[in-house]
Amino acid sequence: MKLVEIKDLLKCEVLAGEEDLSVDVSHVVASDGMSEILAFAKSKELMVTGLTNIQSIRTADIAGVSAVVYCRGKQPDKNVIEFAKQKRIPVLVTKMVMFDICGILYNRGLKGVS
Amino acid sequence: MAAELLRENFQVQGRNYDKAGEISSEIKVILKDLGIDAACLRRVVIVAFEAEMNVVMYADRGTLTLVLTDRDISLEVKDEGPGIPDIELAMKEGYSTASDEMREMGFGFGMGLSNMKKNSDEFCLESEVGRGTSVFARIRIDSHA
Repeated sequence: MKLVEIKDLLKCEVLAGEEDLSVDVSHVVASDGMSEILAFAKSKELMVTGLTNIQSIRTADIAGVSAVVYCRGKQPDKNVIEFAKQKRIPVLVTKMVMFDICGILYNRGLKGVS
Repeated sequence: MAAELLRENFQVQGRNYDKAGEISSEIKVILKDLGIDAACLRRVVIVAFEAEMNVVMYADRGTLTLVLTDRDISLEVKDEGPGIPDIELAMKEGYSTASDEMREMGFGFGMGLSNMKKNSDEFCLESEVGRGTSVFARIRIDSHA
């Protein structure tokens, strides 16, 4: 599924990478624990997290995920968004909670990683 | 004997959460520019990042040495931290001594050391309570695990 479809589905605001929303994702990794993301992401997944500090983008970069979705409407600081832009990682934010995000994406055929 | 192609030393600043991970990002750029295979690169930077975060979280300072040979990439991380009293317990997935501050950073859920081991072809952890901890990890360039 393309990021632009995910943006509409989850009613997201795009904070970084508006120009990169044509990227396709098929798998999702969701956690507030960065080591969990690092342990399970195989690369190119969509990362869903409630952690909005700089480490979330560092983890996204190291794990090689395609994009980050922040849940519960949490807004990161400006420096976090700048860092994501620098690393060319699209960042979206939705007011939905993680459970609902995962449920919606699962229903649409996206898979988890284990 | 493997031929050494690159050796870089980095100073890790303890307790500085804003800079935490910068060295691992730099390593990623260095190795990517050298054309290291993506799967291998991923394993190396995960090990480096988890190790770097551990130094930042637990120690006042540490060093990270990256060595590239024609066969493998090794990381040696030494810190002047509190040390680990029971290494076997520390290696257990889920075991953690992290503070609330560390957890707020998204770390300290008891997966760091096991992540590092899982992503290494050779992994060694030594520690002395009150002195510090050293980690050695080697990742083969041809490994795609």
